[in-house]
Amino acid sequence: MSELIYKSAAQLSESLAKKEVSAREVTQAHLDQITKVDKAVHAFLFVDTEGALAQADQVDAARAKGETLGPLAGVPLALKDILAQEGIPTTCGSKILEGWRPPYSATVVKKLRAAGVVILGKTNMDEFAMGSSTENSAFGTTQNPWDLTRIPGGSGGGSAAALAAFEAPLAIGSDTGGSIRQPAAVTGTVGVKPTYGGVSRYGVIAYSSSLDQVGPCARTVLDTALLHEVIAGHDDYDATSINAPTPPVVAAAKRADVKGMKIGVIKELSGDGYESGVSERFEESLEILRSQGATIEMVSCPNFDYGLAAYYLIAPSEASSNLARFDAMRYGLRVGDDGSRSAEEVMSMTRAAGFGREVKRRIVLGTYALSAGYYDAYYGSAQKVRTLITQDFAKAFSSVDVLVSPTTPTVAFLIGAKSNDPVAMYLSDVATIPVNLAGVAAMSLPAGLSEGLPVGFQIIAPAMKDDRLYQVGAALERELAAKWGGVLTTKAPKLNSSAGA
Amino acid sequence: MSRISNEEVARIAHLARLELSATEIAELAGEMEAILGAVARVQEAAKSDVVPTSHPLALVNVTRPDVVRPSLTPESALSGAPASEEDRFRVPQILGEEA
Repeated sequence: MSELIYKSAAQLSESLAKKEVSAREVTQAHLDQITKVDKAVHAFLFVDTEGALAQADQVDAARAKGETLGPLAGVPLALKDILAQEGIPTTCGSKILEGWRPPYSATVVKKLRAAGVVILGKTNMDEFAMGSSTENSAFGTTQNPWDLTRIPGGSGGGSAAALAAFEAPLAIGSDTGGSIRQPAAVTGTVGVKPTYGGVSRYGVIAYSSSLDQVGPCARTVLDTALLHEVIAGHDDYDATSINAPTPPVVAAAKRADVKGMKIGVIKELSGDGYESGVSERFEESLEILRSQGATIEMVSCPNFDYGLAAYYLIAPSEASSNLARFDAMRYGLRVGDDGSRSAEEVMSMTRAAGFGREVKRRIVLGTYALSAGYYDAYYGSAQKVRTLITQDFAKAFSSVDVLVSPTTPTVAFLIGAKSNDPVAMYLSDVATIPVNLAGVAAMSLPAGLSEGLPVGFQIIAPAMKDDRLYQVGAALERELAAKWGGVLTTKAPKLNSSAGA
Repeated sequence: MSRISNEEVARIAHLARLELSATEIAELAGEMEAILGAVARVQEAAKSDVVPTSHPLALVNVTRPDVVRPSLTPESALSGAPASEEDRFRVPQILGEEA
């Protein structure tokens, strides 16, 4: 039944509902694929074989009894290791949490379980979601299934690689500056950062609380919408959760019609620094949308030029505060507690031993930006830029329905190419960051290949208009998939057990 | 961008309760200078009449009904503790006295 792994979640949903296949068979097929290819890809940090099969059996039993099940009941999913799942190792890619099994589950995990989604395991990520390549994971780098010598993006490289390697049809990511969209772009998959507040952050290990947002990942736009609908919605346990109905994302993905829509091309997110192959695929996608009846116009968002700089002050500042909870007292690693040292000394030693280089770099940077004498010049100025970027978006959305840009300036780079140059690495997120600063919604979907590697197309919609992402994305995908003979991942290399071994 | 001294990095690291080796401090001083050099340009855009934004949502005083719900048992709450004693987290000495 290995062909099961090449099906979309929507196709699996239909077969499961018709009882042509059982949730156990679907789950086993994906577990077999993980066994076969994950040595080479390293998308997973933990595979919950028994738990996944038990969840699948529960779904099969419920279906046999004639219970009403949601559309994704019995469909497997890969969960980013930033989400707490009760009793399952949750590391956030860090040594400081190695071996921790949370005593509770994130709201998103509870929603997935209630919908009958089968959680296969936890996926690799840059430590505390700080990075664009998974090279900052304390547990090794994930390889891009398209080319195992290249990065799968980050921080959610594990979730994106799991999709591209057909280890799961669905995945969960989190996006603080592009950690869902940039991995989606470089692996030829689809990823959505919902409107800030659209999905609960309860049980999601905090990096930068005013920017972090959990979102759905899949290989097709419709699958992404189906997952979006399961995880979104108001949560009493998250004080920043929006108390309003979730936008009709599944209906929008099915409508897939851009006739009469106004699409704005962001002038500042093109040109210098964008590879020619990336720009060419972007232009081709625009042409398709135009031929489908959309109006395309250029829009200027001048303050986006300051977005990257503002982000690398705001995110580390919030991180330096959020990561203070890793204090060696209540959970996680503790070193040096030999009776001779004070709590403060144990804390400093533990954080030195438990945090990796990039995390230390951002804690020091954030502490500096917030410290007396520098606060106004750095954090304060960055907050003002945030206002200006939000105003740029508001102005742009007063004349267009959605904004578009390439998701990333380049295709996947080689593992190791930027690991010693933090500023070069940070540039990977130049086109995705403004979205988080303003809290609006965005999607990345495949636009094609450049020299054999995937290129991402980014769509941005106003807050709580997430449905527009799916409406435009599904229209573009339909045309591109017709040209390619299936969605882009159909062209991904079929990995076998000997690859990379 | 002015030079960030090793002493400054050490002072900041202490504020963050992060023990760093001399090598790490020296490396970070150089990296901080490069990163701050790249991000300091926010100051060009941050005119005095711009109101700062700390958060994308303007929510205030979000509360939920004050209802008793099940919570973690002591055993469960302590399940990840590095050390515990008598249903409590055991921590190293917090005051400066001799052990």
